[in-house]
Amino acid sequence: MGPSRSEIDDLLAHYGFAIDDDRLEDWLGLFTPDCRYRIVARENREAGLPIAVVYADGRAMLEDRVAALRRANIYEPQRYRHTIGRALRDPYDAHRARASYHVARIMREGDVDLFSVGEYRVRVAAADGRLLIREIDVIYDNARIDTLLALPL
Amino acid sequence: MHPSLKWPEPGLTRVPYDVYGDPLIRDTEEERIFRGPVWNYLCLEAELPEPDSYRTTFVGGTPVIVSRDRHGVLHAFENRCAHRGALICLGEGGRGRRIQCVYHSWSYDLEGNLRAVAFEKGVDGAGGMPVGFDKSAHGPRKLRVGTFSGLVFGTFSTGAPDLRTYLGPEIRQRLERVLPRPPRLLGRHRQMLPNNWKLYVENVKDSYHASLLHAFFTTFRLNRLSQQGGIIVDDSGGHHVSFSRRRTDRDAAAYESGGLRAHRTDYDLADGRLIRGRDEFGDGISLQILTVFPGFVSQQILNTLAVRQVVPKGPDRTELIWTHYGFADDDPEMGEMRLRQANLVGPAGYISMEDGAVGGFVRRGTAGAGGLEGVVEMGGDGTESQGTRATETSVRGFWKAYRALMGL
Repeated sequence: MGPSRSEIDDLLAHYGFAIDDDRLEDWLGLFTPDCRYRIVARENREAGLPIAVVYADGRAMLEDRVAALRRANIYEPQRYRHTIGRALRDPYDAHRARASYHVARIMREGDVDLFSVGEYRVRVAAADGRLLIREIDVIYDNARIDTLLALPL
Repeated sequence: MHPSLKWPEPGLTRVPYDVYGDPLIRDTEEERIFRGPVWNYLCLEAELPEPDSYRTTFVGGTPVIVSRDRHGVLHAFENRCAHRGALICLGEGGRGRRIQCVYHSWSYDLEGNLRAVAFEKGVDGAGGMPVGFDKSAHGPRKLRVGTFSGLVFGTFSTGAPDLRTYLGPEIRQRLERVLPRPPRLLGRHRQMLPNNWKLYVENVKDSYHASLLHAFFTTFRLNRLSQQGGIIVDDSGGHHVSFSRRRTDRDAAAYESGGLRAHRTDYDLADGRLIRGRDEFGDGISLQILTVFPGFVSQQILNTLAVRQVVPKGPDRTELIWTHYGFADDDPEMGEMRLRQANLVGPAGYISMEDGAVGGFVRRGTAGAGGLEGVVEMGGDGTESQGTRATETSVRGFWKAYRALMGL
């Protein structure tokens, strides 16, 4: 018995709003301590090449990513708006699902670009009565990343 | 050429802002720089491992096909059909002994020779090409191809010296250092920069900014100007190497007393595996950034190895293609280290994301600055190799090579 589709939808909705609301510390709370997080170009995924734009094995590495965004890295103020499609569960493994996303990037002066389009491939795990992300691959379809990628997708 | 662009004095210490955004200068660069007597990076040999294969790339704004023929010999030619100018190859590449243009099915061998014209004899004796049509007189322009340490370069120019001479001994030695055996491809990242290509090349050559703009770098003592290191600039000025050794700070006080933004003592990693590395080349050098004029970059930062290709896309846009590599004999731990350390570089890199934006800051900052100029006087006014990285010697070197070819 795995999680229901709507539970996975809710988890991904929390994921998107935590980023869009600039609550990256809450976003970290959606991952298991031994999570794996990757942002991967579809080109590499399909060619079987292992490089990722962002790669964290373990929540501590994600914490470092958030800390660097807060305190070390320089980037112009920007926000995202996630639109996440309904999750489709893996018929053979109810803990795995995929969902499409669109991420619009809004710069300080209000200019909006469709920054990234792709899909989440997620593996979830129940812990202390909550559903958390055990693994997520963010596979982006756009060939190029415009300017820089600071906030997580 | 920009009708009013007169290079300001003195020497190489001034850069007119008009040199970046002007479409006429951009067009002139295609002829005098990218199709001029230079060697342009095309791809890794490892990206064309098999005979009868080809892939697409760019030389400046010109689309190019690089191929390996059935004998294993590399060739390169324009990706432009001799008939009406359509792309011959639309995608990333492919395999086979012929490449066929989709528009009218003219086909080419992997040396870039036109081999077949559809309906050349017409249909039922009517139409077709004139009897005297000579296929060998029609074809895309070909490049000379050279390889060095697994890197494939090409030139449109008959005037360029051979590739080894073009690179010179110091650049060759440092390229061999990071490519001592055939690389294994780990993947590519493509990034679109909102600025002229030269602003990115200058940024790569500018070791002065690295520890000031990139706070992540400095805090973990991966790269500080006070570390042991230096800059090599070749005689042409166009190529350079910047290098440093880790944990050899001599004068931390220069940073700490200055209260520079880039230094933050309260910062610590929750997971130190990110920057755990090996001295894989056995010389203690943890950072080596190398450029080959005009648009090639080789990068070693700890154990993350990559080459970067700078592709102009108009006066104010540049594509940057990062190709990450390791080696076939990497053990699993080294493989993991390379993937983890890749977080340092690329479009989302801890120490490179800012570089994606600063060129755009210059473009926006200089929007009303026609006729004015930037200043590059750190470390004097020459282009010699220096034992410090608090210098802009290699930026001046770029302009020395650029102006010589452009006649500016």
